[in-house]
Amino acid sequence: MPTIYIDNKPYEVKEGKNLLEACLTLGFDLPYFCWHPALNSVGACRQCAVKVYKDEADTKGRLVMSCMEGVKDGMRLSINDQTAKAFREQIIEWLMTNHPHDCPVCDEGGSCHLQDMTVMTGHDYRRYTFRKRTYKNQYLGPLLHHEMNRCIQCYRCVRYYRDYAGGDDLNVFAAHNHVYFGRDKDGVLQSPFSGNLAEVCPTGVFTDKTLKEHYTRKWDLTMAPSVCNHCSVGCNIIAGERYGELRCILNRYNGDVNGYFICDRGRYGYEFVNSENRIKQPIIRNRTGEAASEEELMRSMGTILTHQKLLGIGSPRASVESNFALMQLVGHDNFYQGVSEAEAYLTRKIAGWMQTGSIRSASLKEIEQSDVVVVLGEDIWNTAPMMALAVRQSVVKTAAAQAAQKTNLPLWHDAAIKEYVQDQKGFLANITVAGSPLDEIAAHQQCLAPDDIARLGWAIAHELDASLPGVSNDESLLQQAQAIANALKTAKNPVIISGITCYNESILTAAVTLATACHAKVGFALPECNSMGLALMQAPSLEKAVDRMQREGDSFTVVVLENDLYRNISATLVDDFFSHCRNAVVIDSLHNATTEKAQVLIPSATFAEGDGTLVNYEGRAQRYFQVFVPAEGIIKESWKWLWHLYLLKMQAGNGHDHYPNELLEKLESVLPQFKGITKSSPPRHFTIHGERIPREPHRYSGRTAMLADRNVSEPKPVQDNDSPFSFTMEGFKGLPPAPLIPFFWAPGWNSVQAVTKYQEEPGGSLKGGDPGISLFKEPTQTTPLVFHEIPEAFAVRHQKWLLLPQYHVLGSGELSSYTKALQELSPQPSIALSAEDLQGLGVEEGSSVQLKINGTSCMLPVKIQKGLPKGIALVAAGLQGSPVMSWGEWGKIDGMTNGGE
Amino acid sequence: MFSHIRTIWLTFLHLFKKKVTIEYPEEKVKLHPRWRGRIVLTKDPDGGERCVGCYLCAAACPVDCIALQATEDENGRRYPEFFRINFSRCIFCGFCEEACPTYAIQLIPDFEMGEYKRQNLVFEKEDLLINSQGKYPGYNFYQVAGIQAGVKGKGEGDNEEPPVDVHSLLP
Ligand code: SF4
Ligand code: SF4
Ligand code: SF4
Ligand code: SF4
Ligand code: FES
Repeated sequence: MPTIYIDNKPYEVKEGKNLLEACLTLGFDLPYFCWHPALNSVGACRQCAVKVYKDEADTKGRLVMSCMEGVKDGMRLSINDQTAKAFREQIIEWLMTNHPHDCPVCDEGGSCHLQDMTVMTGHDYRRYTFRKRTYKNQYLGPLLHHEMNRCIQCYRCVRYYRDYAGGDDLNVFAAHNHVYFGRDKDGVLQSPFSGNLAEVCPTGVFTDKTLKEHYTRKWDLTMAPSVCNHCSVGCNIIAGERYGELRCILNRYNGDVNGYFICDRGRYGYEFVNSENRIKQPIIRNRTGEAASEEELMRSMGTILTHQKLLGIGSPRASVESNFALMQLVGHDNFYQGVSEAEAYLTRKIAGWMQTGSIRSASLKEIEQSDVVVVLGEDIWNTAPMMALAVRQSVVKTAAAQAAQKTNLPLWHDAAIKEYVQDQKGFLANITVAGSPLDEIAAHQQCLAPDDIARLGWAIAHELDASLPGVSNDESLLQQAQAIANALKTAKNPVIISGITCYNESILTAAVTLATACHAKVGFALPECNSMGLALMQAPSLEKAVDRMQREGDSFTVVVLENDLYRNISATLVDDFFSHCRNAVVIDSLHNATTEKAQVLIPSATFAEGDGTLVNYEGRAQRYFQVFVPAEGIIKESWKWLWHLYLLKMQAGNGHDHYPNELLEKLESVLPQFKGITKSSPPRHFTIHGERIPREPHRYSGRTAMLADRNVSEPKPVQDNDSPFSFTMEGFKGLPPAPLIPFFWAPGWNSVQAVTKYQEEPGGSLKGGDPGISLFKEPTQTTPLVFHEIPEAFAVRHQKWLLLPQYHVLGSGELSSYTKALQELSPQPSIALSAEDLQGLGVEEGSSVQLKINGTSCMLPVKIQKGLPKGIALVAAGLQGSPVMSWGEWGKIDGMTNGGE
Repeated sequence: MFSHIRTIWLTFLHLFKKKVTIEYPEEKVKLHPRWRGRIVLTKDPDGGERCVGCYLCAAACPVDCIALQATEDENGRRYPEFFRINFSRCIFCGFCEEACPTYAIQLIPDFEMGEYKRQNLVFEKEDLLINSQGKYPGYNFYQVAGIQAGVKGKGEGDNEEPPVDVHSLLP
């Protein structure tokens, strides 16, 4: 490790870093703008100047940009040198000559990097008396607000948007002292990762437009560490509340998972929590006065629970705790997964393979660091967005690493590396059914039918390991397989990615076989935030529950946990299910088709109002914490309700509360596959120096006035018995352990950039290790998983189409679709066919066709999907109003223009 | 003993001194303009609400007795949706006035706020807003801010260049 001297004191630093990173790692406060740990250095803003000296005798030194100078052993530099300080102050003063007098009306204020840096350099008085430059703003869609006057030309936005996220509709225009950052004309930003601009931009040019609707300063938010519940990636987020309303979602750094960014579904999909559609009170139907109090509810549940048999339907979007509490209530044999047979079967398979330890799952970080990625069948851009962004980084970083090796350039030297790399890319083979935006950066890209994807997978595996069965003599297939296999042969950290949206088991077995053959890690994208947790419980599917109901029905009361069954299987089946059950008890947070069927409806907490644990696609158990207490005190976490019901049923004591940790301990003993899950966060009694961790920042305002309109005497703050947090601003003020970081703040660093103070090094892991516990063990015995069946090649059927779902990153999430802004961006339900099929049907794009399957039918507008193989129909899925069908089955399509019925 | 008699004597002498107390409430107290009393929200010269809902007063308040919620009108002008001061907590320190970047919140020379019920000391925006510029006439924040909020167009404010023409490459 090289030693450098900062202001004459020696420090050990890591090799290969630049001086800015080294100084920040050591805890020094050094201002910067254009450098970002995920974007590296370009040396554009000149803010990070330090003095570097030739040797001990050199007293004059020279000014350098610390972000552009690598560390060298024995190097001497000064941060506090007068010239360097004056230079940095001068830079800010120049930036400020044009900066508008906006802070009071700027949404960045209070968490603004520019404010922080201005204070840090000591610039406090405007000497420049000439006029300020102004710009016109643009409309950038419902997610981001644009206020161009505030720009300081650091170029972070375009470097993030174009280079990092691969967008192409944000750019820099004009020249010299009036460059402009925006689109070529007004319009919605196209990238589903655009929301990160609000955090990347160090000023208030780009700010969160949904937050603007109910604006709150960072210091006024009640915050808690949370986990995104809109897909299986499980990005870490910070959720902030004010006045009983969830106000915003911010990224919570986790070096292993999402790093510095989240997708727009995660950032903006929060407003269902504030939705009008929330269930706010228990409801007992078929009596006068349906709204019920807790006592009434418990009384009526008491009779139901003691006299009737129970059947429980779990949910992939409910926490592990809630699913387990339901399993306890209804009994192991009466617990069902609450997803379709196809989905349950495939997710259970994946969970089973992972548990054997024969294959290892790749975290997002491992995907980013891989050198060859093969995607088999899954459109991860739309089903696991941040995974797609990670794949993009792998492609970019591999090329950069190769360039660095060849040229001896340091990896952080972004501009030079980009110049050398030009169009070079790492290896990505993106094999999907209908293509994806990732195709642009793929070395190998193809659209195939699911069975053909599986065959290609097998063919590649055969190329790598001749002992595996080969695929017949399909020349073109073999050629492609060879190309991909060659890349895999030289790969050091290959990753194979797949998922279940093709509803095809062969793709999954091909992926596993391939991963085994080249010792790759795997990433299987799953449908929901806790799909893996639910699958690990190894319960039967919803259809099995319907069967059972049809057989023994009538005597059963069903308890449905946070699950709109109508989104999982066809409406006829669900109707049938409910018609057979004696009573239906539904626990959920939002009204939906299923809650309509409930005789008893119980209001459950959303992720922001309760605690819980989710298991993401890689088997990482992550705890999310309650952010605020809902105004309707009767809203509780599902597991709390279910536990009360369990006690009621057992007629065991009353009022004995249960806590998440106790529930998880019990889970560990009942289902050993969850061993270790209790360690995903410190226990509820955890304190530091006897103090709890406050959810509110030290400058939280309005405590003695916010509730004064109701009662001038302030209520006692609510006690949190479930977690180590307090609902106040009092408590431990230092760095909490990584799973318990409610917000990033450090003295002098009010903006999100304070995260550096929480990390081992910029861009590294959080101090004490990144949060989350993997439930899958390191491989102990490596009996490889062996499969043999290679499917036949896909054959088009006469007048029939293979039905597959097509998801959309903004719109397909059940909960996120309640956000107005995302609704605006969501596509309409439709069906997509290949151009040839459309021609064969004789219908125009845009007209309606009738889709028939299993005796049901629906009308959908049809569109052409480029690249889609013949014989496959993609139905927009998961949108509000889109039909639910048995994916992977064959349906009929009638063009209405040529006859219909 | 002596000191007691002296005290009585001195007290007696005070009978002939000029009174410092006044016959309040018949006689009113004379207060200076900068006296820190009842808090008001003022308006800017063209009659718009001055407060832009920046939350700085609330953050500055040492007893946390200010709560508000910012919102926006159709022109993008920020104003408080509600603005509440709990005067039963206020210590009349004036920090809020010092923090306010728009001269909206001002402490005025009035202390006659006694109430029988504490609840009545909770003032809402209707109780706070006055139709005057208060101590600082002539100031309009939106004239000097960069944003366009219905007061002036982009580049039309004090000390502003007209908006940049993005298509121009001229120096
Ligand atoms: S818009 Fe923001 S990120 Fe982009 S150059 Fe300006 S200040 Fe930097
Ligand atoms: S939706 Fe998925 S990718 Fe997006 S932020 Fe949430 S967990 Fe991450
Ligand atoms: S005068 Fe002081 S205590 Fe009263 S509202 Fe203002 S800041 Fe708060
Ligand atoms: S500081 Fe002034 S402008 Fe800001 S919220 Fe308070 S009264 Fe309004
Ligand atoms: S951060 Fe070093 S020049 Fe911008």
